[in-house]
Amino acid sequence: MKKSHIFAIGIIAIAIAIIVSTTGDASSYVTFEEAKVSETKVHVVGTLPKNEKGDVEGIYPSDDKLSFSFIMLDENNQQQQVFYNEPIPTDFKRSEQVVIVGGYQGDIFVADKILLKCPSKYQEEKVNASV
Amino acid sequence: MIHGFVGGLGHLFVILSFVSALFAAISYFIAAKTDDFTKKEFWLQNGRGFFYFHTFTVIGIVASLFWIIYNHYFEYHYAWSHSSKHLPTHYMISCFWEGQEGSFLLWLFWHSLLGVFVIFTSKKWEAEVMTIFAIVQTFLASMILGIVIPAINFKIGSSPFILLRDALDAPIFKMNPDFVPEDGTGLNPLLQNYWMVIHPPTLFLGFATTLVPFAYVIAGLWKKEFKSWIKPALPWAIFSAAVLGLGIIMGGYWAYETLNFGGYWNWDPVENAVYVPWLILVGAIHMMITFNNSSTALKASIILVITTFILILYSTFLTRSGILGNSSVHSFTDLGMSGQLLIYMLFFLLGAIVLAVVRWKEIPTMGSSVSTYSREFWVFMGATVICMMGFHVLHVTSFPVYNSIATLFGFDLNLAPPAEPIKAYSNIQIWFAMGIAILSGTGQFFWWKKMDKEALKKVITPPIIIALLVSAFIMLVSGISNSEFFRIQYLLLVLFSVYSIVSNTFILIKISKTKYSLSGGAVAHIGVAMMLIGVLASSGYSKVVSLNNTGLLISKEADTSFNNENLLLFINEPRTMAGYEIIYRGDFYETVENGYFVNVNDLESTINPRYKIAINDIIENDIVLFNKSDTIEIAPENTYYQVDYKNESGEVFQLFPRAQINEAMGGLLASPDIRRKLTKDLYTHVSSIPNPDEPSEWGDLKELEVEYGKNFFVNDYVAKIEKIEPLSEVEGVELGDGDVAIKAHIKVMGESKDYTVAPIFLIKDKMVGRIPEEIADLGLKINVLNIFPEKNTFLLGVNTTQKKWIVLKALEKPLINVLWMGTLVLMFGFSIAMYRRYSEFKNQK
Repeated sequence: MKKSHIFAIGIIAIAIAIIVSTTGDASSYVTFEEAKVSETKVHVVGTLPKNEKGDVEGIYPSDDKLSFSFIMLDENNQQQQVFYNEPIPTDFKRSEQVVIVGGYQGDIFVADKILLKCPSKYQEEKVNASV
Repeated sequence: MIHGFVGGLGHLFVILSFVSALFAAISYFIAAKTDDFTKKEFWLQNGRGFFYFHTFTVIGIVASLFWIIYNHYFEYHYAWSHSSKHLPTHYMISCFWEGQEGSFLLWLFWHSLLGVFVIFTSKKWEAEVMTIFAIVQTFLASMILGIVIPAINFKIGSSPFILLRDALDAPIFKMNPDFVPEDGTGLNPLLQNYWMVIHPPTLFLGFATTLVPFAYVIAGLWKKEFKSWIKPALPWAIFSAAVLGLGIIMGGYWAYETLNFGGYWNWDPVENAVYVPWLILVGAIHMMITFNNSSTALKASIILVITTFILILYSTFLTRSGILGNSSVHSFTDLGMSGQLLIYMLFFLLGAIVLAVVRWKEIPTMGSSVSTYSREFWVFMGATVICMMGFHVLHVTSFPVYNSIATLFGFDLNLAPPAEPIKAYSNIQIWFAMGIAILSGTGQFFWWKKMDKEALKKVITPPIIIALLVSAFIMLVSGISNSEFFRIQYLLLVLFSVYSIVSNTFILIKISKTKYSLSGGAVAHIGVAMMLIGVLASSGYSKVVSLNNTGLLISKEADTSFNNENLLLFINEPRTMAGYEIIYRGDFYETVENGYFVNVNDLESTINPRYKIAINDIIENDIVLFNKSDTIEIAPENTYYQVDYKNESGEVFQLFPRAQINEAMGGLLASPDIRRKLTKDLYTHVSSIPNPDEPSEWGDLKELEVEYGKNFFVNDYVAKIEKIEPLSEVEGVELGDGDVAIKAHIKVMGESKDYTVAPIFLIKDKMVGRIPEEIADLGLKINVLNIFPEKNTFLLGVNTTQKKWIVLKALEKPLINVLWMGTLVLMFGFSIAMYRRYSEFKNQK
């Protein structure tokens, strides 16, 4: 076997190791039921509950308005109270879809990060316009 | 009034730029295809003409758009959504790249300038290279074309010259189509920072320059000149790596200094999307240099140069197609162009692959087996590690793409990006970083000398010994080996990085005796090793110093780590934290002119929140900045909180962390203030402040009968009525005969300074009126309730409220400045190398 072949095999082995380890480690989009038993942080995709009039319900800002909790429905329509230690993001109520990243602390899901998907085509969510 | 002309002109320029790029591509293509000298010359002239015209139209687009922004034509969507009336001119330039269309425009602009430069320098390569350039420009121009093909209702591109009424479906336009908003929504205040002026153009110049080596490699494959393309492409590749690297680090520095993303790098997909092509480009440069010296690694050079450019397109696709919607906090949303972007990427991906495959057999290979003691082996190893590093990040960042592809084939892959990205990426990247440190330290020895086992042992021993000693010394002095953060990887990375610095310094010293121009590699590698040390120390050993040692919770609602790692500071009350005594001193606004900090207590509000009136003379260091009653323009969205620090050695300094009210980003944003020192930065930011929209709640009124001129206590502060002043007029009240008004001047001695309040007591038409006064810093409101002249006493009413407060977080980031210095060293190394390679190409016959 030539040296270059050994080299190539080595590279492929490392590449496979990377793929296997990172993909195996990858968190996945789960439901609240699955999130409850998970020991690592997870992503949950869901929507905000609306009443007949189409207004979003179940958002409770804290007294100092610096954090809030809200009710979210996951893909199985299971309800869950979620706490977020940041002020309510603008467009939060208008979002079509919400992705929360975090985990359970007792009965409450504590989100570290919230990602919103907004319906408006011209609504550009820009923090960093670098790319 | 709608200024339709300039927008129409701009749109015309857009269309012309698209058409001229297309014609330039065709002309250059024909020129490249033909062997007939006169015909070739004719088509070359044509291509040049079209490309020059294209460059002119691109400048025309820029000028038209700037005209719209500069003159505040808010009937245009772009001006309305990215600018506003009080935006300074340098931020008007930044408006260009805040929006997606504008950033395409910036890219077009750089390409066209580079294209003109290439026309002059590419010698015999012009036809082929410029064909690629013009095709790329055609694609990019189509992104801002903004034309709808009527038959199939398909929109090509998104024009920056679209009118607001066409962009927004607001009812006002049904009533009045000529409605023009008074003011724009403005550039996001968070982005109003000098980095916004220089970071995006640098980054885009980095993007744009990757096109040059790519165009050369394609031209080489096309013309079957498999080797000679490397000479002209190499200086460009180095230039590109330098600019792109600088752009990336600028972004990191900006994030660290202002945006407060917690650090300089967060492994966000948007960041990864530029990091990966940069790594591959650096790998490509190593391969190209190897080829220059030994004629090996030709195929690897070809593959990596192509990959770099394709990855730039891929990153554009990732960040602009909306595919990252579920995984990135700051990618652009889809402008309905993901299809167009995909075609752009696939065109070059497939085109390059097909061309490479067709030519593959003809590409010469050096048959000789590579020895372990050859420099080719070591450089090849190094480039492999760099590429693996990129591959890892690329793979994880691409999860959303895998999901989309899986959905396309009808099954659900459901891969989410890592929930804790910093940990997930760093844990793997650190091993590659070690590899880079070892290889860059050792490989350099092979570079300039023939090696065998004995020779290697001889040269490598001194650096190893020195590195071991230095690392041991670092471990001892810093005490990091007993630190709670310690991990074996960290120790190894320090050791290897120090080794790399030492051995490259050895080489540098030897080279400098002969020829400076060869020192680029050694310098650049020293820079990289410094960066690794800086990254490791500042991230791995970053520690929170604002530990809550009071045993009291700051907020019941917040989680434990928030309560443990933050300090609640009441105004003028000292607190201690690890190694510092700190006091929160007050709130400040920054003036628009000169950027002075002015205490909010010295200012009175007007109807317009941008303008405040000075209550008294504002003096700093014996210089009068403002006189009483001056009107001062401030940026109302930013408040700075003065915090005084005193460290153990008695050194005193002040920091002004900022909080910004930013509607676009969901409320309050904190920006840090940093105390910089060579060994470590003290990084502080407010984590919570009182809600500015909520008035303070006053406690119950307490009555207090006090004697004129005698000390008394209000809320534990010593106070005294100093003077009683009869008033002949009171603002807002008409005094008639028999009415009485007095003002009581009361001095209250606060923790750090004295305050004077002057509540007013008046009797008008036999009715009693009272005008209380507040001392915001002390949380006091004082009122004169009654006067008893017979006893010479006054009845005061005192309300108290919570004092002003902030919640502060402070972190220590050790050796972070080594990272920034390392970056500069790396850039310097790149510059030396670029100069050398360009001279080689220029002097080529």
